[in-house]
Amino acid sequence: MEKAFGAGRRRFRCLLWGGLGVCGAIAVLSLCLGNIVLAPKELFDILVGRSQGVGRSILLYARLPRTLGALLAGAALSVSGAVLQNILANKLASPGIIGVNAGAGLGVTVCCALGILSGIRVSLAAFGGSLATVLIIFFFSRRTGASKTTVILGGVALNSILNAICESITVLDTDVAMLSIDFRVGGFSSVSYLRLAPAAGIILLALAALFTLCNELDVAGLGDEAARGVGLDVGKYRMIFLALAALLAGAAVSFAGLLGFVGLIVPHFVRRLTGNESGRLLPLCAVSGAGFVTLCDTGSRLIFAPYELPVGILMSVIGGPVFLYLLMRQKGGHRNN
Amino acid sequence: MNTIELENVYAGYGKSEILHGVDLEVPAGKITTLIGSNGSGKSTLLRAVLGLVPLSGGDIRLEGASVRGMSRAELARRAAYLPQGKNVPDISAGRMVLHGRFPYLEYPRRYGPRDYAVAEEAMGQMGIGDLAGRPMAQLSGGMRQKVYIAMALAQQAPVIIMDEPTTYLDMGQQLRFGKMVRELAQEGKTILMVLHDILLALKLSDRIAALEEGKIAGCGAPEEILGAGVVERLYGVRVGTLETDRGIQYYYDMG
Repeated sequence: MEKAFGAGRRRFRCLLWGGLGVCGAIAVLSLCLGNIVLAPKELFDILVGRSQGVGRSILLYARLPRTLGALLAGAALSVSGAVLQNILANKLASPGIIGVNAGAGLGVTVCCALGILSGIRVSLAAFGGSLATVLIIFFFSRRTGASKTTVILGGVALNSILNAICESITVLDTDVAMLSIDFRVGGFSSVSYLRLAPAAGIILLALAALFTLCNELDVAGLGDEAARGVGLDVGKYRMIFLALAALLAGAAVSFAGLLGFVGLIVPHFVRRLTGNESGRLLPLCAVSGAGFVTLCDTGSRLIFAPYELPVGILMSVIGGPVFLYLLMRQKGGHRNN
Repeated sequence: MNTIELENVYAGYGKSEILHGVDLEVPAGKITTLIGSNGSGKSTLLRAVLGLVPLSGGDIRLEGASVRGMSRAELARRAAYLPQGKNVPDISAGRMVLHGRFPYLEYPRRYGPRDYAVAEEAMGQMGIGDLAGRPMAQLSGGMRQKVYIAMALAQQAPVIIMDEPTTYLDMGQQLRFGKMVRELAQEGKTILMVLHDILLALKLSDRIAALEEGKIAGCGAPEEILGAGVVERLYGVRVGTLETDRGIQYYYDMG
């Protein structure tokens, strides 16, 4: 009977292992391809320390941190979007909607306005902005009883306020507008181990925490009254999930810039494959998001080589039409929404 | 023996007090139905029993223990709840029933073989064992209601509290629901529910408690409530009775 309750488990395992394989292949492609192409054997030799040429420097100091950054940001933003969509019972929820991206954007804009331009400081400012936004949402939720609609409306209002401050600074100081444009479009060209390390730690910890809280997330999705009826402290867990989702998004945005779209489309796509149970949804979102962003980043480096297209633009160009196609195909598919 | 005892209960939302000194005893293994016009405090009373509405006065005891300060999991182990407006989550019916075992899990909360066995038994009891893999969104209103009740059964709580459980059911489903609730009471479950259909409430219940403006306007067996003219006073409608060989039947007396 456990088998009947876990219907589709085999399909999930196939999707997960298949997804990991595809994701791994995309990561290898990302490491090999570029202005200088590295053969897989050369890649292996460098990684095991048997090769010392120019290729080694390119791989270890440019492509490896960049690929790791794309994998981590894709996983973090996709899982963050899936969690927000579940906990706020709104399929349009994403890290952008509760103001996390806007908070990070404000952090970077303020940094640029103060003349602080070093990579790590800009990253820290983005992360600080996201974290400050999370704290505001956290206290706002607590004051209002963490109702779903109030959190979304509060997030939209916060987004608007933070964007307005950001716009005011860039209008008054055109140099800031030029400096913060890379961050606003999003990309991995300037990712270094130094910028990646703290964010990677936060992302891995938050993902691990979320993977252990899948049942709580599913029960919260039953609706407030039903969830309380089976013993879940809904207000407390909603705040935990909001904080973890915002931490994931904030950490990703701190080194990758504003790549908000991935948090919206990847969970939608994965839901169609595996359903809404978090134990399956979150791991598959992590793998799919990591693969999608890394693929887009690799494409952005190759399509107009030697010039580079910002990955945020490529993601929107590919993701937008795919998303519209999915929406058209699910016409009338959600009777309860 | 009473499973639920309300003693001089005052409760409401913020500054708006809905219940004004309610005293009520819900006997074990019986069906007790709350009736009353809209806004009389029926749902608030149910929510107060479940600790979802803070008490501003008095006390509520579930199986002898006060609900004040009781943890959510402890409350859930004592009383299962079918709320009025239920979400239809994008999960399978089996998973839905399995979540009834949530109050028994310790961190990290993972369902074990016993949880699956209890959920399977609950689905079998409701006759929906073959629906475990079906998405909730694809089920009819009646089937969903069975899934929610199976979830409540999987919770293994001695009390089942239901807020207008027949709202989305057609007439046939309502009657089958009534039969099902009777069977649950015969198995020893204590049922406390709100029903808007007075005839169904009279036919189904062992006891009826009528609420009027946050106070108990009458409480007793269906015949006592009818005899005291409580239904006529609350709704302005007369209910007639007819002795038949299959027991007392109730009908609206249109005059």
